[in-house]
Amino acid sequence: MTFDTLYFDIGRMDRLSYRETFVHRLDPRAKVIATILFLFTVISFPKYEIVALAPFFLYPVLLLTVGEIPVRFIIKKMIVVSPFAVFIGIFNPILDTRTAAVIFGVSLSAGWISFLSILLKFALTISAALLLIATTSFPGVCHALRRLGFPALFVSQLLFLYRYLFVLMEEAMRIVRAREMRSFGSRGTGMKVFVRLIGILFLRTMDRAERIYYAMLSRGFHGDIPSLKRSRIAFRDLAFMAITIAFLAVFRFLPITEGIGRVA
Amino acid sequence: MHMADALLSPAVGTTLWVGTVAVGGYASKKLKERIDDRMIPLMGVLGAFIFAAQMINITIPGTGSSGHLGGGMILAIILGPHAAFLVMASVLTVQALFFADGGLLALGCNIWNLGFYPCFLVYPLIYKPLIGDSHNSGRIIAVSLLSAIAALQLGAFSVVMETLLSGKSELPFGAFVLLMQPIHLAIGVIEGFVTAGVINYVLSARPELLESIAASRSHGAEISLRKVMITFVVLAVITGGALSWFASTHPDGLEWSIEKVTGKGELQEAEHGIARVLKGIQKKTAFLPGYNFKPEGNDPKKAETAPARPGIEVGTSVSGIVGAVIVLGMIVLIGVGIRSFRGRDA
Repeated sequence: MTFDTLYFDIGRMDRLSYRETFVHRLDPRAKVIATILFLFTVISFPKYEIVALAPFFLYPVLLLTVGEIPVRFIIKKMIVVSPFAVFIGIFNPILDTRTAAVIFGVSLSAGWISFLSILLKFALTISAALLLIATTSFPGVCHALRRLGFPALFVSQLLFLYRYLFVLMEEAMRIVRAREMRSFGSRGTGMKVFVRLIGILFLRTMDRAERIYYAMLSRGFHGDIPSLKRSRIAFRDLAFMAITIAFLAVFRFLPITEGIGRVA
Repeated sequence: MHMADALLSPAVGTTLWVGTVAVGGYASKKLKERIDDRMIPLMGVLGAFIFAAQMINITIPGTGSSGHLGGGMILAIILGPHAAFLVMASVLTVQALFFADGGLLALGCNIWNLGFYPCFLVYPLIYKPLIGDSHNSGRIIAVSLLSAIAALQLGAFSVVMETLLSGKSELPFGAFVLLMQPIHLAIGVIEGFVTAGVINYVLSARPELLESIAASRSHGAEISLRKVMITFVVLAVITGGALSWFASTHPDGLEWSIEKVTGKGELQEAEHGIARVLKGIQKKTAFLPGYNFKPEGNDPKKAETAPARPGIEVGTSVSGIVGAVIVLGMIVLIGVGIRSFRGRDA
């Protein structure tokens, strides 16, 4: 992944989160809690479960469609981060070759089933996390965390990081571009130049932090970042939570998928 | 490497989250007591700096592949352990949310692996005692190298343990360790050189800078060796408790990995163990017409267990898969339906 695409992707996620849909208008707290419950439910399935995971795709699909988030964008982001889970999971079919099931005359080893299970869980958990941020602005998530009891210091740390991410990435982008214009092939990408560049970036960052601090002081900063936006838990938030919990419980504990297959 | 949600079990994920939240709460409390306001924007901007620095890549000598800065060690050296831990936690949180690197449940593991070890273990136990007050560049290189390698080895080993205890991967302990540790040795060497390089560069270009930060980070915020040891004992007890709870709720992963660790259990024995445990779980959950492909293949217990687990039978498997296909089809239809409905609206 090149630098520029990574950069613009963050910007795109940010823009998506300011849309006005039903999902976007839900209270951030409700969405954070629902996402966490969803993740827990998905990874609580045993190693060899695949069939019962299918209904859980309804959750990301609903968020995607109601929240009007482009599907391809989310899938692309999922593929970018897949290597670790795939890399560790791919050993399952190699190491676990006991035959588990024979389906339509093709015998399937237990390893492939557990690998498939890892892939499904990966798709579900990653899409849920991405959709949380795509349908809730990052400051919204931060304030939700604050009201859910996270330390104020940590939350203001997150807000600062997010605010200056874009600024410093632009700075880094300029540095990288300057290096590329002066170097041919792999020249200039070695350790010595790299350390210098990081050092320069660090010094500029420090200077910036100082200016930011004085600017904040002159605006009355005394250690906390308050939010002017007051949000209340509305009826629709409670309804959203209740439906999510019911959905998770039903599909976690009842073998609905299999039942549908039997009837069909 | 970031731990992933899909490889985690709820017990392991929760345990590491509890540990991370506890350490994070402790660090915030410590900082809040004595922090200089100046540190708040500094920490935030340095978090953004770690991100930005990761955008600049480096050609790793001799291999032609490229890497980038991890950041835990450099933050601990500049900001001190408490602040550095919070900055690392925020960096990883943003990574988990925006790039979904790892995932939200694995975030606890990732903060622990990449934040706790460099800040609360390596920095007070290795870096601080060895470096003293020295500004000697050779010494900084040697100590940074050692610290970065130690931090990354601990982190990598943690990933191995977390994955094994979760029991979703089939990788045996030995092979997994052989896979992870050498890679992270190489990464650690690079990280160490970069860390030392940046510290040395800043020391030569703006020597007063690091000292002024050291002054604003409060005196009491340093960690004493004794405290670290006490914390360790407490942590060991908590981990022991959590593990035994884990062992009773999710025995196969633990038993399996411990057998691998001690090297006693051959595969045959391990299977035997899993089968025995499974039978116990089956008895408890028999009222659910459970659906499971759990292979009892060559196990002599097959005859006993098969009736309780109809999942192995071909007929059930087929109906399960048919059901899954139907369910997924319905979900796609719902999605397309809502989308086209919305499209007409707009």
